[in-house]
Amino acid sequence: MNRSVKDTASEFPAVAGRLNAVPSQSPGYWTLVRKRLMRDPVTLIAAAVLVLIVLSAIFAPLLAPYDPFMGKITQRMKPVGFAGHLLGTDETGRDMLSRLLYGGRLSLTSGIVPVAIALAVGGFLGISAGFFGGPVNSVIMRVTDIFYAFPSILLAIAICGMLGTGLFNTLVSLTLVFIPPIIRISESVTTQVRSLDFVEAARASGARPFALMRYQVLPNVLAPILVYATSLVSLAIILAAGLSFLGLGVSAPAAEWGLMLNSLRQMIYIDPLLAALPGVLIFLTSMCFNLISDGLRSAMDVRLKL
Amino acid sequence: MLSFTIRRLLQAIPILLGVSILVFLMVQMIPGNALDLMLPSDAPKDLIEKMKAEYGFDKPLWQQYLRWLWMLLHGDLGVSIFDSTPVAATLFDALGNTFVLAIPAAVLGFGLGIFFGVTAALNNGKAADKALSMVSITGVSLPHYWFAIVLVVIFSVELNWLPAQGMQFDTLPSTVEGLKSMVLPVITLSLIPMGVVSRVVRAAVLEVMSQEFVNTLNAKGLWSRSVLGHILKNAAPATLAVMGLQFGYLLGGSILVETVFNWPGSGNLLNLAIFRRDIPVMQGTILVLAAFFVLLNLVVDVAQALIDPRIRR
Repeated sequence: MNRSVKDTASEFPAVAGRLNAVPSQSPGYWTLVRKRLMRDPVTLIAAAVLVLIVLSAIFAPLLAPYDPFMGKITQRMKPVGFAGHLLGTDETGRDMLSRLLYGGRLSLTSGIVPVAIALAVGGFLGISAGFFGGPVNSVIMRVTDIFYAFPSILLAIAICGMLGTGLFNTLVSLTLVFIPPIIRISESVTTQVRSLDFVEAARASGARPFALMRYQVLPNVLAPILVYATSLVSLAIILAAGLSFLGLGVSAPAAEWGLMLNSLRQMIYIDPLLAALPGVLIFLTSMCFNLISDGLRSAMDVRLKL
Repeated sequence: MLSFTIRRLLQAIPILLGVSILVFLMVQMIPGNALDLMLPSDAPKDLIEKMKAEYGFDKPLWQQYLRWLWMLLHGDLGVSIFDSTPVAATLFDALGNTFVLAIPAAVLGFGLGIFFGVTAALNNGKAADKALSMVSITGVSLPHYWFAIVLVVIFSVELNWLPAQGMQFDTLPSTVEGLKSMVLPVITLSLIPMGVVSRVVRAAVLEVMSQEFVNTLNAKGLWSRSVLGHILKNAAPATLAVMGLQFGYLLGGSILVETVFNWPGSGNLLNLAIFRRDIPVMQGTILVLAAFFVLLNLVVDVAQALIDPRIRR
């Protein structure tokens, strides 16, 4: 799947014909990426499913048929498809559909927010390290090496175990976990770009370091960093749910997929299908992000070397 | 080669020191005083002072760190606050139980991963490639703690073939019952390495296949099996690197799977220590797992250099 600009132009003869009068009017990089994505059914389906999950989490208060925190003690562990409760009820008689809808809010937040913050912080530090080199690089990268010495799950659990439970602590620990890998990848791609001719030309014309980083380096390193960050979101969602599954993340009675999985775990002998439901959503969401990351990777023609 | 190994060994020392500082500082992040967790809230003042002196909490932070490091270097990880047993002995037993699962899981995951990755790359773009890519992306997207529950539902609850949890032997499995208790945890643990390794191997093999020397070998009429040998040898360093990382994750990430299967490994120990606020056990477990990860990466680097002399620089 390595298409060049030329291939794409020949695939759109109509466009190329109309533009014949204006020579060398080739479409921009991001236009190309968009066109390639539009012809990638797997990525499009993944994106559609993800949009559906995100929208249902945002509009949970409108969509949920019941209060996700209030259960009827007489209505416990009703099976999937039970009249009035489409997806059944949990061990304290709360409506599963409502809890799954609300659960998406916490699970998606704790998957996306840490990666977004880590992307900003780690991207800045990594690009700076790669761009300036020398002592700046040494300081940033040696500290990164130390964080990198911990397997990501271990680091998240360690930080959460020390800080205590709660959404905020989950976000802090996951952000800290994802900053080092983003620094690594940003530093490595920036090092490849910074000595290219157009950067030297801009430097020779008097551009200052931060202008160079913003206008010459950033556009050329954004694609690989973005692709990598998308795949990290999928990991973040699994990790965040895993933390609450262990009892280290958000605590009861919050509606969160990992926490629901944990409290329903005792019920696998009574209704295994019901107990497995929250995990299906964690899996589905994480899969969507991985598929989108793969789609972006081939559309942006990124080859990551980690 | 020797000088590369020595250089790489020396590089690991500052990282190990940094790791020890980080683990030491993590404890300082715990809200409140470490002593408050050990003593009752109505403890007399002189007892508090005595305990402070005993644990060295009355000294400045850097002295506390050096004292802790000195103990570490003598193989002393301190004593559990919960039951006053030496941390090192408890941790050693637990690590053994973790390795009993991690090694077969690594063999299974890496074996399948390499096989899937190579097969997918050789069939690039065909149906087999697409099917295997789906398998590997599922492997990296599945929350393995959930997959563990699904396996328990199928094989323990519904079919009643395998035990749902627990380790049915002491150190090594010697009976059929013991082996049966390992099956579900090992399958669960092998899932992520299978997915990750197969994706990396596929990419590495495709990258090597696009190089010109492969064309040359084919053009010279070399047997396709010999060409495959050359391709695999060139894809080996990238594969080794990811296998090293994944083995480290198997140990560090064992906490979730060990919790589901109630397996008395290092992950379970860490989980218990967190809920008991047993700081020495927490510190010791995290430190030893991280140190092991650093050394593992070192071994991988040396192994890579053995295969590919260009890495020795």
